[in-house]
Amino acid sequence: MSSRRAERFIESLLFLCALLSVGTTAGIIIVLAIETFAFFREVPIAEFLTGTEWTPLFANPRFGVLPLMLGTALVSAIAMAVAVPAGLMSAIYLSEYAPDGVRRAVKPALEILAGVPTVVYGYFALTFVTPLLQQWLPGLSGFNALSPGIVMGLMILPLVSSLSEDAMQAVPRGLREGAYALGATRMQTSVQVVVPAAFSGITAAVILAASRAVGETMIVAIAAGQQPRFTLSFFVPIETMTAYIVQVSLGDTPQGTLEYRTIFAVGMLLFLSTFALNLASTWLRARFREEYN
Amino acid sequence: MPVDLTASPSSATRRRADLIFQAAALFVLVAALAALAVLVATVWRDGAGRLDWRFLTSFPSRRAANAGIYHAIVGSVYVIVLTAVLALPVGVAAAVYLEEYGGRSRLARFIELNIANLASVPSIIYGLLGLGLFVRAMGMGRSVMSGAATLALLALPVVILSTREALRTVPSSIREGSYALGATQWQTIWHQVLPMSLPGIMTGLILALSRAIGETAPLIAIGALTYIPFAPDSIWSPFTVLPIQIFNWVSRPQVAFKQNAAAGILVLLLLLLTMNAIAIVLRDRYQRKGR
Repeated sequence: MSSRRAERFIESLLFLCALLSVGTTAGIIIVLAIETFAFFREVPIAEFLTGTEWTPLFANPRFGVLPLMLGTALVSAIAMAVAVPAGLMSAIYLSEYAPDGVRRAVKPALEILAGVPTVVYGYFALTFVTPLLQQWLPGLSGFNALSPGIVMGLMILPLVSSLSEDAMQAVPRGLREGAYALGATRMQTSVQVVVPAAFSGITAAVILAASRAVGETMIVAIAAGQQPRFTLSFFVPIETMTAYIVQVSLGDTPQGTLEYRTIFAVGMLLFLSTFALNLASTWLRARFREEYN
Repeated sequence: MPVDLTASPSSATRRRADLIFQAAALFVLVAALAALAVLVATVWRDGAGRLDWRFLTSFPSRRAANAGIYHAIVGSVYVIVLTAVLALPVGVAAAVYLEEYGGRSRLARFIELNIANLASVPSIIYGLLGLGLFVRAMGMGRSVMSGAATLALLALPVVILSTREALRTVPSSIREGSYALGATQWQTIWHQVLPMSLPGIMTGLILALSRAIGETAPLIAIGALTYIPFAPDSIWSPFTVLPIQIFNWVSRPQVAFKQNAAAGILVLLLLLLTMNAIAIVLRDRYQRKGR
């Protein structure tokens, strides 16, 4: 009897540990919400979402978050422009062309690329890629959106590649064989049969990569400069939502000030954007699995 | 998915296109890996000259040539060990619940979905959670404890997912044999399932920790200091970690500090390489045993 009670006790303990993950999500939302609501008591939500000037640390503060959002979108777009074509090409190569030996050698190497700490990528962007780009683009500022965008693309390339490859591998062999039987080359089979068949899986991978790009912090904090600008030019210093949070965290901001609350409001916006992207990706992947299971 | 071959050019042209495509794809792959090599070479070129015993055993300094990373290494070790201590039991317990008890109940599925989502929440958001929860609400200050608790939450999804995979490799015949001998479910898990999946669990833990040791943003968000002239001596001490020290040096305009940053990066990469090597060895032995 007592052993059965012990069993029940252990099970509840394990359950509580599993529930901690739900607690973490709830904790994130609560912590962000409390300070965000306090922030919106002082700054109208319309000004926050539509203002094009972000100068909360100035004597005459403005709280328009659009420059930060545009900065985030700009760097992420550059990263995606690098990572999506390159990641897809490498996924097609690894899934449809590469001999087993090559695949076994290349996949761990790609994993290393994904495991390099982001502060290291930041160093690389600032001290190597930016000077290199400046030789071709003389107008490029020492801090800019282009260099961290490219390096971030390199960082998320393995994610696009490995998840897309998984999706392509899940496409039934019969579809490929049908195409080959009709005389299609491997390229035609890959591009016209496998990729369309794996489309929702590949889209899920791309969206997840976008979410990673939006939330990436150190590369942009180091190499993009910390000047919120409402611009689409990738030649000049900009600031992303994540880099702003770092910038304020580095100073000694007293709790309860409006300045302290801005990072939670920006954090809330960041959390909601990545959350929406993650949900979309999960939903697409589930749909993709349904198609082929 | 129509493949309109009637509209296709001659087979020689198509074969040439195929070859060009293959070459292009291979080129992209090689370029990405070459970029990795260039990255390592750049850091080596910039930092190898600064890397010596004095650099490893000195404290930070206003003068770049005298500065070292002793305090940051000690801080990183403190934080990572404590992160492991916090994340391992909770992560394994959660995984055991989901894999062995939870079944396909709606709640278990919800928890699973939640964990998958947590795995892709930006790390700096965890930093804001740590700031609001551990540093402020629980009054733990900007201590090693706050940092480790934050990183533990960040590492949990990875630990849970890899532990579940390790548990899944234990054949059900082991469990059934144990039940047949009259063992309870928990006795079966504790004496049979967990020991068998331990190498897999440890591999997952090391991989999670090797990601945590390179994390910078969440620790900056909880307010870990960027300049401290001493090493932590308890879990309640203020601290800094290697990536933050690197960030601090990268952000300075002087070339000498950039060299310090590069030397710090070399140490960080070496640390990561060691951890990953251990994980690979464990995985290798585990797979051989599994067969």
